[in-house]
Amino acid sequence: MQIEPITINIGPQHPSTHGVFRLRVTFDGEVIQDLEPVFGYLHRGTEKLAEERTYTQVVTLTDRMDYTASMTNNQAYVLTVEKLGGIQPTERGMYLRVIAAELQRVASHMMAIGFLIQDLGAMGTPLMYCFRERERILDLFEMLCGARITVSYMRPGGVFQDAPEDFWPALRMLLDELPHYIDELERLLTENEVLLVRTKGVGVLAADEAVNASVSGPNLRASGIAWDLRKADPYEVYDRVDFDVAVGSRGDSYDRLVVRILEMQQSLRIVEQCARDIPGGPVRAEAPFFPRPPVGEAYAHVESPKGELGFYMVSDGGVSPYRCKVRSPSFINLTVLKDLLIGWKIADLMVIFGSLDVNMGEVDR
Amino acid sequence: MGPILSQNVIYRPVYNFFDGLLPESLDWVAYIIAGLTIVLILVNALLLLTSLFVFSLRRLLGLFQTRLGPNRVGPFGVLQPFADILKLLLKEDLRPRLADPLLFTAAPVLMVAPVFIILAIVPFGRNSFLADLNVAVLFFIGVTTVSTLAVFLAGWGSGNRYALIGAVRAVAQLVSYEVPMVLSLVGVLLLAGTMSLVGVVEAQRLPFIVLQPLGFFIFLLAASAEMNWSPFDLLEAESELTAGFHTEYSGAKFALFQLAEMGSVVVFSGIIATLFLRGWENPFGPIGWPEVLPTHVWFLLKVFAIIFLLIWVRATVVRLRVDQVMAFAWKVLFPLAVINMFVTAALVVLWPEPTTAQLWAMAAVNWVVAIVCIGGASLLLERNRKLPAATVKLVQVSSGEVR
Repeated sequence: MQIEPITINIGPQHPSTHGVFRLRVTFDGEVIQDLEPVFGYLHRGTEKLAEERTYTQVVTLTDRMDYTASMTNNQAYVLTVEKLGGIQPTERGMYLRVIAAELQRVASHMMAIGFLIQDLGAMGTPLMYCFRERERILDLFEMLCGARITVSYMRPGGVFQDAPEDFWPALRMLLDELPHYIDELERLLTENEVLLVRTKGVGVLAADEAVNASVSGPNLRASGIAWDLRKADPYEVYDRVDFDVAVGSRGDSYDRLVVRILEMQQSLRIVEQCARDIPGGPVRAEAPFFPRPPVGEAYAHVESPKGELGFYMVSDGGVSPYRCKVRSPSFINLTVLKDLLIGWKIADLMVIFGSLDVNMGEVDR
Repeated sequence: MGPILSQNVIYRPVYNFFDGLLPESLDWVAYIIAGLTIVLILVNALLLLTSLFVFSLRRLLGLFQTRLGPNRVGPFGVLQPFADILKLLLKEDLRPRLADPLLFTAAPVLMVAPVFIILAIVPFGRNSFLADLNVAVLFFIGVTTVSTLAVFLAGWGSGNRYALIGAVRAVAQLVSYEVPMVLSLVGVLLLAGTMSLVGVVEAQRLPFIVLQPLGFFIFLLAASAEMNWSPFDLLEAESELTAGFHTEYSGAKFALFQLAEMGSVVVFSGIIATLFLRGWENPFGPIGWPEVLPTHVWFLLKVFAIIFLLIWVRATVVRLRVDQVMAFAWKVLFPLAVINMFVTAALVVLWPEPTTAQLWAMAAVNWVVAIVCIGGASLLLERNRKLPAATVKLVQVSSGEVR
């Protein structure tokens, strides 16, 4: 009997590729023999466009990179511009940015977990529950800046406007209620037998492999390395708040899931402390509307929900950046996909890919 | 007259009416007309039940998922399935260039046929059935197997690789689950002493779910696998294979596939209700209690109770992987079905003509066996995984410290 492998194009239009991602997979029956990721379907030339915009206008471009975590994109960008131009943000501005970024982390992790369980075949129920909670966070964003997804909230020197009066009671209510839902989600994950069977031991990413591929974020921490930029290279006010880092030990899909859940709890802890300690004063430092940073270059990075998000920017002294390079965590986390997938089955493909939490908007930029 | 129809409640008046109109020598025409009348009623009943089921599926899934579900067409959205069917029928019927024309067209028809054929033997109420076959259970098992063939034809004939993988999965899964399904029925048949579905209902002095808990459990799971229901819906596995074997189908053919799938859930629920929940009889107390509800109503209530259970499962459980599904059939369900069969056989030999007390004793033994078996199986599965429970912990890292 002659057996030959079959090659299938998974994507760019496929229910579980999270955007427009294409995988050319060679199967031996159900088992993955070889694969070749193809991307670039969502390329919008963010880096090139940034060269034609003023420093303030580029903020809107960063919203659209990782569209599930716009706040942290903004944050990474404005930190870089501040470093480049020597702008000192105001205290209240920094606190507001940290609150927004941590809420965004919760929202992004909610989406990652929801979609992973959806890919496991749960007909959308957990997804809808996760989205319900995410909506509440997006409502808060709407209060802050009028937008829910493409927020453009942060500016070099702070944020563009102060939080309205009714934001604080709404945040208080969220902080009181959200932990219960996260606990509920945790129980759903840790006590569902089928889900355990599907994720435990699937797609193991060893610690040294992860480091060699420069994987970052929850995926790295799930492999057992306590590397979190908020701790390792504290920016904004992270050295003033108290929180722990969730670290896995085996680096399988299950660990990646649980790390995200524990991180959500820690994020809420940070928001809690920030909301308590936030000082008064202006939310934005006095800076010209068209900043003209001196000639030079700067790199700044933040711990985005996906991993280390960095901006490298070069200024020639003009109103727009001379060069803007993005180190996007999703793109780099994607490099381990091939090693993780070979030898697993079609069904595991979706689990492993989902558990890496890759956002195509950020990969293609 | 015909031994099959003569017990039906509708048969006699229709037959008498046409027999009166027609001359003496044309008795057989009246017989055929009466039979076709019943068929017409049955087919329409199934179509209506299926659309009611589709409505309740979508509405309940919506409620489970904290959203509303369809609520625009008709009162509470009840007419939504009809709108869907109309939409599907008006759509263009596409056939891919690589598809095999004959197989591609034959598959949906072949898929729907068994659902309607099984309907012939399901007793909907007292004396409401098309045929009381003396081998009804065998007939049911035989006819359901046809859908495996249809699924494979659809997958193979589409000329699409997603469909092909879906089809290969289908054959493996459907054939495997046939075995525990059939074996789990042996216990019921031993207790009933007949293969006629009417006979099985009448033999249930206690509903067989009480006497055969393990058999019910296995049959429910195997039947879920047979009708591609979650968590065994690998055949279509939306998030993996887009739509599995019917990826390439559109329009009326797609509507036929949906009808077959949803109809088979209704029919399987009917069979489960008949075999384990005493069919049309009241579920509590002895048979022949004064009738509080018409027998058809009892039957429908039981069918929808089972359907609700299935929808609940579908809304909650995640899908198993293909090797896990196969392992579950052969390593868990198959041995459990064999154990159930032997225990029941021993009990039947011990008490060939059980009194009520002995029936309850039988039920007790079977419940103990069921709990021990299911517990033992889950313990075994637990040990096979051999993985520690909590692997993620919180670490305190001080600011600026690099590990």
